Amino acid sequence: MTQKTQQNSFQPVIYTPDSIMRTPFRLICQLWKDLKNSRGLAWRLFVRDFSAKYRQSIFGVLWAFVPPILVGLIFIVLQSKKVVTFSKTDIPYPVFALVGTTLWQLFTESLNAPLKSVQAAKSILAKIKIPYEALLLSAFYSLLLNFLIKAIVIAGILVFFKVKLTIGLLYAPLTILALIILGLAIGLLLTPIGMLYTDVSSALPLLTQLWFFLTPVVYPPPKSFPLSLLSNLNPVSPIIEASRDLIAKGHITNLQPFLIILILTLPVLMIAWLIYRVSIPIIVERMSA
Amino acid sequence: MPDTLIIADKVSKKFCRTLKRSLWYGVRDLGSELIGRNNSHKDLRKKEFWAIKNVSFELKRGETLGLIGCNGAGKTTLLRMLNGLIKPDTGRIEVRGRMQALIALGAGFNPILTGRENVYINASVLGLSKLEINRKFKDIVDFSEIQEFIDTPVQNYSSGMRVRLGFAVAAHVNPDILLVDEVLAVGDWGFQRKCFNKVGELREKGTGIILVSHSMQVISTFTDKAILLNKGNHFYFDNVAMAINEYNKLFSKGKVESGITKICQGNDKIKFYDVNIGPTRMHPGDSFSLRMRFSSSIDYDDVQVDTKIMCGNEPDIYFQATNKAYDKRLDLKRGDHKFEIKVENIQINNNNALLSISLWARKRAEVLFWWRIRLDFSPMNYSVGKNALNMIYQVD
Repeated sequence: MTQKTQQNSFQPVIYTPDSIMRTPFRLICQLWKDLKNSRGLAWRLFVRDFSAKYRQSIFGVLWAFVPPILVGLIFIVLQSKKVVTFSKTDIPYPVFALVGTTLWQLFTESLNAPLKSVQAAKSILAKIKIPYEALLLSAFYSLLLNFLIKAIVIAGILVFFKVKLTIGLLYAPLTILALIILGLAIGLLLTPIGMLYTDVSSALPLLTQLWFFLTPVVYPPPKSFPLSLLSNLNPVSPIIEASRDLIAKGHITNLQPFLIILILTLPVLMIAWLIYRVSIPIIVERMSA
Repeated sequence: MPDTLIIADKVSKKFCRTLKRSLWYGVRDLGSELIGRNNSHKDLRKKEFWAIKNVSFELKRGETLGLIGCNGAGKTTLLRMLNGLIKPDTGRIEVRGRMQALIALGAGFNPILTGRENVYINASVLGLSKLEINRKFKDIVDFSEIQEFIDTPVQNYSSGMRVRLGFAVAAHVNPDILLVDEVLAVGDWGFQRKCFNKVGELREKGTGIILVSHSMQVISTFTDKAILLNKGNHFYFDNVAMAINEYNKLFSKGKVESGITKICQGNDKIKFYDVNIGPTRMHPGDSFSLRMRFSSSIDYDDVQVDTKIMCGNEPDIYFQATNKAYDKRLDLKRGDHKFEIKVENIQINNNNALLSISLWARKRAEVLFWWRIRLDFSPMNYSVGKNALNMIYQVD
């Protein structure tokens, strides 16, 4: 401990009004250093949120997968009774719908995670200097846990509907990780404004609901022109389709759009992270201590 | 180890008076910060004001700096800038060493979780590693004196217990620089003593401390120098006593005459005038009297006379009583009257004391008169061993 303290004390920290964007190299170094330093705190916050969440609950982990299963079941019933008719899916429709809604829930959780996490830590941020990355990292840990829970659910679905297991299934975690990161990146982009104006958190549930219907979650992607834009311009569609393909069929039907989104996601995450980092002192300034 | 821990050079911070505009400025600041523009900070925009202007100081190892000023003077804002929570609008702050703020005790506490779990969370928030916490855990719990409740959810703790646990964690971080914002006066007396001892211990080890407090006793006991903040201005004092004197002047609206602070002297219905006080240079055992006239347009029935004598610094009350204690009733009738309050046999063996005399109407809902008078004593070399006082008053 003493060693660490002494190390720190010989490195003066300097605060000036200058924009940190003027020294990009130092900024990037700082980002990595803080990310590394924040692991301990992130883990602690994750354990806190996890234990607090389930200690006061009877059904506990059930809440993590009941909602998507319910939505999936509704669409299965609607489809089998011919209330809604979708074009034929190459996967049995129940598997298609249930896996789709489960993945979609994971996406919305990722989308909401950054703002929720930062809002919950508002009082800490206003009073104590912590590495800001810890909040994001702990949110990421929570999402990974959610992913594990959902993996069990998906496994259950596959067994129940006797889907043939393939080697491609092993790649599914990677595409699902991409789904989480895409959600995080978009959510993180909204966080600074969302911390200043409550409009963002009011609008988010509404928009995600709309977005659900604009994404081929419970219906196969439309092929004909105007409607096909829905899946072509929607960044979530290729990732959800690719993940579902891998889970149920073992190969990705439409690889190219998936790769494009994948390559775009990482820079967006980096930019969102940078904006987040720059914004926190400004946000703290605008809220009460 | 460096000798100077903090160098603050012409630090300023501005704030905005209205929320909507403040939020909008936030968005704009974010924009200019992102494109790397620096010049948006220098001037005041509409509805903005300088909360802190051009504050410069240095903090050396083992030194304690007091930060005083009335509410809203910018003390907390300055601490937040030093801590790196918000950026200064002008100037430069250099911090050398591990800094810790005793500001939010128990930050990150989750009420559902047990004290034990929360110690780990809180200590992580304050920057301790898991190993360090493991090693210090026992000391922390011992310090907090709540061993038997450590596995109880924190939501079942009393607020005092919560603060105890929070302070216990904070006290074990061993920072180079400690920022204390009015949190030492927590818990019961025994725990307060412990807190002050802990702070003293840190100071002895060379920790530089910045102390914000409204208690001038705390300031005069613990600090080596002080900064008085007032309406964006700041005054630096090497002599803490002078700083405290200036601070006290802020509240007397400039009406300090030879050690008398006239806080209140009547209202639109009753006026006190021709106030005559007895000698303010006294020997132990002397009496003090306050004679005055009043003219009232209404009857004030059952007025309370509150007499308080404080030794040296304010929180140490030497004597306090109201006329109730002497089972006497006081009615101030309408018209012109003379009025006298006499405190007899003041046995104080201290250089000075502060006598506070106030008159209250309607069961302490309204203050009619309130003076604070500095008394100088010639202390005796022995203690007389009694401090029986008598209070007399009469209305003609």
